Amino acid sequence: MPDFHIKEAPKTYDVIIVGSGAGGGMAAHELSKAGAKVCLLEAGQHYDPADPKYITQLKWPWQSPRRGASTRFRPFGDFDAAYGGWDIEGEPYTTVPGTQFRWFRSRMLGGRTNHWGRISLRFGPDDFRRKSIDGLGDDWPIGYEDVAPFYDKVDQLIGVFGSKEGLPNDPDSIFLPAPKPRLHELMLKKANKRLGVTTIPSRLSILTQPINDERGVCFYCSQCSRACVAYADFSSSSCLCKPAGKTGNLDTIYFAMAREVLTDAKTGLCTGISYIETQTLEEKTVRGKIIVLAASACESARLLLNSKSARFPEGLANSSGVVGKYLHDSTGASRGAIIPALFDRKRYNEDGVGGMHVYSPWWLDNKKLDFPRGYHIEYWGGMGMPAYGFGWGIENINGMFPDRNGNKREPGGYGASLKDDYRRFYGAYIGMAGRGEAIAREDNYCEIDPEKVDKFGIPVLRFHYKWSDHERLQAKHMHETFERIIAEVGGIPLSDTPKAENDYGLNAPGEIIHEVGTVRMGKDPKRSALNKWQQAHDVKNLFVVDAAPFPSQGDKNCTWTILALSMRASQYIISERKAGNL
Amino acid sequence: MKRRDLLKNAGLTTLGLAGLSPQVKAAEWLDPTPDPGAGDDKKGDKEFEQFGRTDYEKQRDAKLFKEQFFNKHELKTIGVLADIIIPKDQYSGSATDAGVVDFIEFMAKDKPELQTPLRGGIGWIDAQSNSRFEKKFIDLTPAQRIEIVEDIAYPKRKKTGMSQGVAFFSLMRNLTASGFWSSQIGIADIGYKGNVANVWNGVPEEVMKQYGLEGE
Repeated sequence: MPDFHIKEAPKTYDVIIVGSGAGGGMAAHELSKAGAKVCLLEAGQHYDPADPKYITQLKWPWQSPRRGASTRFRPFGDFDAAYGGWDIEGEPYTTVPGTQFRWFRSRMLGGRTNHWGRISLRFGPDDFRRKSIDGLGDDWPIGYEDVAPFYDKVDQLIGVFGSKEGLPNDPDSIFLPAPKPRLHELMLKKANKRLGVTTIPSRLSILTQPINDERGVCFYCSQCSRACVAYADFSSSSCLCKPAGKTGNLDTIYFAMAREVLTDAKTGLCTGISYIETQTLEEKTVRGKIIVLAASACESARLLLNSKSARFPEGLANSSGVVGKYLHDSTGASRGAIIPALFDRKRYNEDGVGGMHVYSPWWLDNKKLDFPRGYHIEYWGGMGMPAYGFGWGIENINGMFPDRNGNKREPGGYGASLKDDYRRFYGAYIGMAGRGEAIAREDNYCEIDPEKVDKFGIPVLRFHYKWSDHERLQAKHMHETFERIIAEVGGIPLSDTPKAENDYGLNAPGEIIHEVGTVRMGKDPKRSALNKWQQAHDVKNLFVVDAAPFPSQGDKNCTWTILALSMRASQYIISERKAGNL
Repeated sequence: MKRRDLLKNAGLTTLGLAGLSPQVKAAEWLDPTPDPGAGDDKKGDKEFEQFGRTDYEKQRDAKLFKEQFFNKHELKTIGVLADIIIPKDQYSGSATDAGVVDFIEFMAKDKPELQTPLRGGIGWIDAQSNSRFEKKFIDLTPAQRIEIVEDIAYPKRKKTGMSQGVAFFSLMRNLTASGFWSSQIGIADIGYKGNVANVWNGVPEEVMKQYGLEGE
């Protein structure tokens, strides 16, 4: 006879953390090291990139029967270190008709930090006070000076390479040495100098020098997206959860899909988490004195909205009604090109680190432009490892160029001359992508779908997200910049200029996987869910430490700020606990 | 790469790292890494090497390997077309030498949206062969095959009645290139030098000179 009793662990933890990505991993690390008894709930499985059963690093394309092609389960390719994707079996989400949102989830220890781009940018002083500058969105309740000491600590704990530049809104970290640029990156740097587009060494959390005995250094295989056997890049699983586990103070529960934050009807305080054990579909409860949500911006909002009670009829920590609102992702637009000067290039190993060696931080003044917020540019190219998709679409390219003897040719073809084209063009492709700041708006949101549940019986999210002209005009400017850069470097764009009816080539919301803002912090409890310590205004033993608390996210990737703010919130929890306030 | 070479190349010999550091463990693991080079890529339904699969993926791949999508005639047609697209030359073997037929068979099962365009494309080219020469494509002489290929290999020619054949041939070209260049034979031919532990010290000097980038 099946047992329908809800299983409850007898232990009461000091802290329960939901989610093991950047925010949850950092909280687990800080709190367990401080001596707190911590329970970490992870919806997915264990993962350790140094355990042979998980390793995809340094595998050859032919070791995959699909030669590295993507699958539903690994949308970034068969070797990518992210288990889950845009479309997880049994875990749907919906969108309001006429709007769009794409939601990437990883179900594994470390979450999405296992495959991410390691782009580790500090927000600048202006990024915390955009409303004061342009009147749009909201200012943060804190400034750069509040976060700077924690950025310093994150730099030292985790490691980031880069170069001291002294730029006003792109503050320097405590950097390890940056790798030298690759050939196409040198060409871009030279061209961009003539155009006045600032181009500097990238800032990635990859160890070019040792920082401790627990992690190795980069051996330049360019495969950070596959996670590193030497722990030479940052992932929450390797660099935070693993050392946290060694304290003896951390219990990690895998396959635990949080359903509800439990509260005491009398005190209104959190008492634990109810979760579904995903392999058995059994409901279980874990008790804790403090609850820290780090399930990702949208999952944390979903969990709060699903935690309804007589005392909290609109969901937990939601007396303001802002939970789920102000959802915003980075903008994205990209363009590829081919550089004839690079045809038949000399072959050598230029894998380098996992990602670009140079990038362009925002270099213009929005007061002189027709869109309010900036973007940075990421670059790619070079003699990468062939895999599924190699040479795809050559019939659109090879007719543009005369053959080696200067004869004009027809596009397409077959045989020895076609085979030679692939060799000739190898390493001559470049690409670039803008990543910009979108405006956080109340009418871009996620909410609980009134009808649908996932396979665990938990009501799912429904998204409502539209771009505005602020983002469209920014994407238009990105493509104008890309075209100037491509022309200056002697390249030929591989696609036409995107038009207004296609949002000037903007990626769909969510596709850049920088979604933030859904449980935002602020000074006013009527207009925000969390205070400046990421503590719920309504419930003092509830914290949110993923990217949900961000009122805005700058033209920077959000991970370094998630880490710094999670460390800051964790320190606050420790000091409040010591003071007897929690 | 051997462990000691990795350590040497990674500049670690002077760092005095503990014997069980992640770098040393990584180096030990790196030991049996195969080198790219000429070899027979044909795997058939033999087990692929382990490459970090989850249980779900292992089950799915095992199921796909048990299935057969193309029949013998279709597989033969794919092989003939693949070798027309990427033939053996002075530098390397042909598409079929590199295992492209097995690869396309697998991809048709892995991405079912490829099934109808490929099966239907083979049907199209057989119908074309039959109307011109009263034979299936694989039974034509090499010269007859090329006569048809010439009509579908160049998208800009837009010859009447050929557009479906052009679409099929473009798909075959792209799948053949994917399968060939990602094989051991293809990677050795294209000259990719990476996927090994090493130290990046910047663009080689002679290359900097070639592109006028000295001092950049």
